[in-house]
Amino acid sequence: MRQIVLLKDIPDLTEIKLDSQTRAPMVEGVKRRISEVDKRALEAAIRLKEKAGGEVVALSMGDDKTKTALLEALAMGADAAYIVNEPELRDVDTNATSRVLEAAVRHVGEYDLIIAGEMTLDSLSSQIGPRLAQLLDLPQITYVKELDAADGKVRAVRDLEDVDEVVEAPLPAVVCVVREINEPRIPNLMSIMRAKKKPQTVWAAGDIGLDASEVRSLSYVQVTSVTAPKVERKQVRIEADTVEAAAAKLVEALLQEGVI
Amino acid sequence: VSFLVFSEDRELAFQLLGKARELADETGSEVSALVAGSEPQEYVRQGADRVYTVDGLAGFSVEPYGAAVVEAVKAANPSTVFIGATKRGKELAPRVASALGVGCMNECSGVELEDGAVVVERLTYGGSTVAREKSASTPTVMSFPPRCFEKLEPTERSGEVVELKVDLPEPRVTVVERREKPKSTADLESASIIVSAGRGFKAQEDLSLLEEVAEILGAQMGCSRPISADLGWMDQWVGISGKKVKPRLYVACGVSGTIQHVAGIRDSQVIVSINNDEGAGIHGISDYSLVGDIYEVLPALAKALRERA
Repeated sequence: MRQIVLLKDIPDLTEIKLDSQTRAPMVEGVKRRISEVDKRALEAAIRLKEKAGGEVVALSMGDDKTKTALLEALAMGADAAYIVNEPELRDVDTNATSRVLEAAVRHVGEYDLIIAGEMTLDSLSSQIGPRLAQLLDLPQITYVKELDAADGKVRAVRDLEDVDEVVEAPLPAVVCVVREINEPRIPNLMSIMRAKKKPQTVWAAGDIGLDASEVRSLSYVQVTSVTAPKVERKQVRIEADTVEAAAAKLVEALLQEGVI
Repeated sequence: VSFLVFSEDRELAFQLLGKARELADETGSEVSALVAGSEPQEYVRQGADRVYTVDGLAGFSVEPYGAAVVEAVKAANPSTVFIGATKRGKELAPRVASALGVGCMNECSGVELEDGAVVVERLTYGGSTVAREKSASTPTVMSFPPRCFEKLEPTERSGEVVELKVDLPEPRVTVVERREKPKSTADLESASIIVSAGRGFKAQEDLSLLEEVAEILGAQMGCSRPISADLGWMDQWVGISGKKVKPRLYVACGVSGTIQHVAGIRDSQVIVSINNDEGAGIHGISDYSLVGDIYEVLPALAKALRERA
């Protein structure tokens, strides 16, 4: 079985600081890592490979730094990595990105499964999996917390609001996993050394048959500002000599608020 | 700016209709809705000028529903498509957008008109920031979760019901089994009071301290991610990766207050933090903070509540 895993390297969210004037996040220079849920998509693919054999290919749209970030994927167990690195297509929207990934998938070759995270934690858009499924005319299975594939079929448990849905679909298919699906492995030193010898292919738009400016014109959504909302809370500290008195004061305050 | 509204969740569809009606009235334009269920006239009373029905839409599946929404878009020719951002809606919106080759903004928290253009707000960076976004495509698809908007008081209005003929594709994903989730966890998102446990609880049986307070307040119990995902003491957590809640009172007990957790409780009316660590992040975003040991504060709180409330 051949699986393509979609990965995105994003700024480490725990290291992003806010500009004190504009309250905009400062992402420049922050170390980039594979987005947390994407890593679990990769782990799911590796576990399927360990069971059923085959190959796991990592695919990413990124920039000059993405090669380094994807070493982690190769160390975890991906066999090869493909990166679309096209300066003309930085920061395009999900419509354009999905067109790029569609072309890239076609160039990666035969596959049985495409696995992605339900969302990347930077944009939280939850779009690439379903968009790719539409463009490639494939069944899509989202919010997957258990996954198995055999005999030309994928079987999954979907985590929806009101029910867990057990579903089946023929391969090939697109699967988007949720965080709960697994704990991704931490590669050991040997695997990290070996990762550097695994093949990484970097493509520009032209290499996968795309005209960058044409794709750019399909990018419609524009982010006009990003800021951290100011917390407008009362910030009242409840203090008293004893715990009992503090609790009583809190109850008094909540009665005043009319919320209990 | 004209609208097409769809959600498989009827209440959510009405909430979206309420907002679409308000914006359409500002610009003197029309609101259409696609209905999967019965009683299309009810959608007119909730604000739609035109309601499309499609024969054969049953239990949600993204392929036939996607095809129906695409046909409704072609018929109504709206500039803006509102989809209800349930999980099903969040996978539907981008699939529809790609079928139409247009822009999509998923899970927005607000929308307004700015110089005649639709501008939305969405959480980004793990829920720690708010992005303002607009789109140059016609139409643009955007989705909103429950309770972003209020539905209208139903009124008798005139509107037409149009039956759309759609060649619905057979879903390739088949549902083998549905396992209902326990009721308690399904209620978290609509709870009006939530008391929530964090890593300050040392053992599962200690949750009884929280249970006692919950019982007096008629509150639902929630927790932070580690309590559920790592320890398995409860079946789901509050936070950007779990449940986003908007109760009138949220009491965080022994919760540290990570960015992810805070993003999930941002819309609470009043937040109370109880944590023995004075520097805990949760104290920085609460209305009332009490620095103290939950093992002492919760029994005292239960007693005070019994006496006063």
